Amino acid sequence: MLHLQGETLGYGGHVVLPDVDFALHPGERVVLLGRSGSGKSTLLNAVHARLAAQGRRDLALVPQEHGLVPQLSVFHNVYMGRLDRHRAAYNLVNLVWPLAAERRQVEDALRAVGLAGMGRRPLGALSGGQKQRTALARAVHRGGAVLIGDEPVSAVDERHAAELVAMLGQRFRTMVLALHDVALARLIATRIVGIRKGRLVIDKPASRVGKDEIDALYRL
Amino acid sequence: MRFIASDRRWRPRGRIATTLVFVGIAVLLLPVADLRIAGHDPWAELGRMGQGLLAPDFSAIPSLSRAAALTVAFALCGVAAGALAGFLLAPLYGRGAVRALCVAARSIHELFWAILLMQVTGLSATTGILALAIPYAGIFAKVFSEYLDEADPRPAHAMPPGTGAISIFFFARLPLAIREFGTYTLYRLECGLRSSAVLGFVGLPTLGFELDTFFRQGMYGAVAAVLIVYYLLIATIRLWMRWPLAPAYVLAAAWVLSGLRTPPMAPGALMRFLGHDIVPAPLRNGSWGDPATWDSLGAWVGNLALDQALPGLAATLIVAQLAVILAGVVAVIGFPLLLRPVVGRLGVWFGHLGLVIGRSTPEYMLAYVMLQILGPSMLPAVIALGLHNGAIIAHLLGRQSQGIHAGLRPDASAGFDLYAWEILPRIHGNFLALCFYRWEIIVREAAIVGLLGIGTLGFYVGAAIQEIRVDRAVFLLLVTMAATIVIDMISRRSRASLGLTGASTRPALPTERDGRLPGYEGLD
Repeated sequence: MLHLQGETLGYGGHVVLPDVDFALHPGERVVLLGRSGSGKSTLLNAVHARLAAQGRRDLALVPQEHGLVPQLSVFHNVYMGRLDRHRAAYNLVNLVWPLAAERRQVEDALRAVGLAGMGRRPLGALSGGQKQRTALARAVHRGGAVLIGDEPVSAVDERHAAELVAMLGQRFRTMVLALHDVALARLIATRIVGIRKGRLVIDKPASRVGKDEIDALYRL
Repeated sequence: MRFIASDRRWRPRGRIATTLVFVGIAVLLLPVADLRIAGHDPWAELGRMGQGLLAPDFSAIPSLSRAAALTVAFALCGVAAGALAGFLLAPLYGRGAVRALCVAARSIHELFWAILLMQVTGLSATTGILALAIPYAGIFAKVFSEYLDEADPRPAHAMPPGTGAISIFFFARLPLAIREFGTYTLYRLECGLRSSAVLGFVGLPTLGFELDTFFRQGMYGAVAAVLIVYYLLIATIRLWMRWPLAPAYVLAAAWVLSGLRTPPMAPGALMRFLGHDIVPAPLRNGSWGDPATWDSLGAWVGNLALDQALPGLAATLIVAQLAVILAGVVAVIGFPLLLRPVVGRLGVWFGHLGLVIGRSTPEYMLAYVMLQILGPSMLPAVIALGLHNGAIIAHLLGRQSQGIHAGLRPDASAGFDLYAWEILPRIHGNFLALCFYRWEIIVREAAIVGLLGIGTLGFYVGAAIQEIRVDRAVFLLLVTMAATIVIDMISRRSRASLGLTGASTRPALPTERDGRLPGYEGLD
């Protein structure tokens, strides 16, 4: 579904990942590991941009900083996952006066991330973990075949993080996630990609990645 | 080491040099500036005024309250219309045509718009509303678009691919800036009240009209009453202006204005204005195929440029240059008056009072009063613009230096030493930026005070209108527009080259909890 070969990735004229080889196949759950600043986000953004450029609409995204609108309610932020499905006029009606049908659907997504009944709360009043769950709910509400997530559960505790990632795994057939929790990565990943100093040093099925290989990723 | 040292020294030196150049130009202009005291007996006049101000005469309260209501009504309708137009234009502000339209609209002062519109819509509510709404629309569009640009772009980036622009705007862009929009609109309403009052000087029935009438009759007690009513309106704006009530206010204002009786205009005034009045006289009277017509048009432009535009422009720039320097001096003396560690508790009280009066009295009104005392020369204009703009700069600097003072070491000195050693050096860059920023506004204002009889561009515009030569007035207004735009460009370049761009001149909007109005951050 996607194949990057010998590409140079970066942002604003700044090269982060020179000479990248990366392929993505349907049904894979790829987890990116590496120290912060190693280039995980750059790779994720590139994957999302490429898939979107192919004209795919079945993509959901959880960006690193969530991209939520703090001035709006939880409902609105989750509803935004499907903005592209409706006409502008229908969206505006829901901005001013959320319709019952939309509220129900958003509530389903909220229940999946553990925020049931919180749709009316202003986003600004939520804790960091709840905000992150809102961003997840937006992706869940959007749905689709592919989820791109940049540290999607970094702000929730370990046990809930595992539950949430498992929930995502049930809803999205293909996932590319950047995670910092190696145990969690082993739990969910079918394939692990390790990035160190701008190079993809590991790229193989999760079961064949050894502990020392991963330790080497995080060594100074 | 040498490199670091030279790099660090470059900017302050550039700033001081720029200051010196500016002051130097003003000093060179002093001999050519007409700064006579032309009044008959200024001290006696001042004495009579002082007596009147000390004994306000409220006997005209019915007409005063009507004028006050109309002042508020014009301000509300004008600002509401301007804000709505600006809101619709803001997302398109990136396009060259929209931007040019907005720049043109706001480079012409409200009073000029008023006397121009009067040719079409007469002394009517429409004239007053449009005179405020047109330039304000240009300002709103610019400021709103800046707020949108500065808002967090990440939510918009996180929208699903293929989402329509309108949906993205209302969900992921507007909510991030809407609070700033509201605060800025409230601030504009305060400017609108000032402008609305001043519209009275060209005949609309607002407080300025009352002021003018009483001044002409020497009824200084009644003048004092008008001023007191005006200051009360400005001072209480935060009490009565509540967002949930805004629609009701605007509707009520429209209703009040709709009851305004106005002298009727002949039918077809708009077509006559566009098709006849503003067409240069030689083109209007001659045949367009005749070369002689075009020769006389050339002569028309040449004469107008040499006899009116150039002297008017020169006077405008001279007044503006001197006024900027005076404003700088007023600001440097005035802003420490807002700092308790420098002048003490009582000093701060008086400092606040003086600066509030200085900045909330419209520059046109100040110039008008000064003119009554000092007689027609550049002097009253320079003093009025210098005081008004100086008070605004001082107010902003005072706010900024309160922040600086809070972060100083505990054993910092007090009084004048604190001012000279700790605060002034830190605030110098912002001070320059603000002066540059006000420069463009002062040029606009210097042009307009010509309507009072001082030889700046406004004088020639006013004369042309009185002679019902609207074509000449339009030509002169285009010159004014060009001058404002050029000054704006110079000011922006200078600020950029001195590293003074950005936050220092942007409206420092209050935080959510703060809830206060922003200061008079330029943009006026």
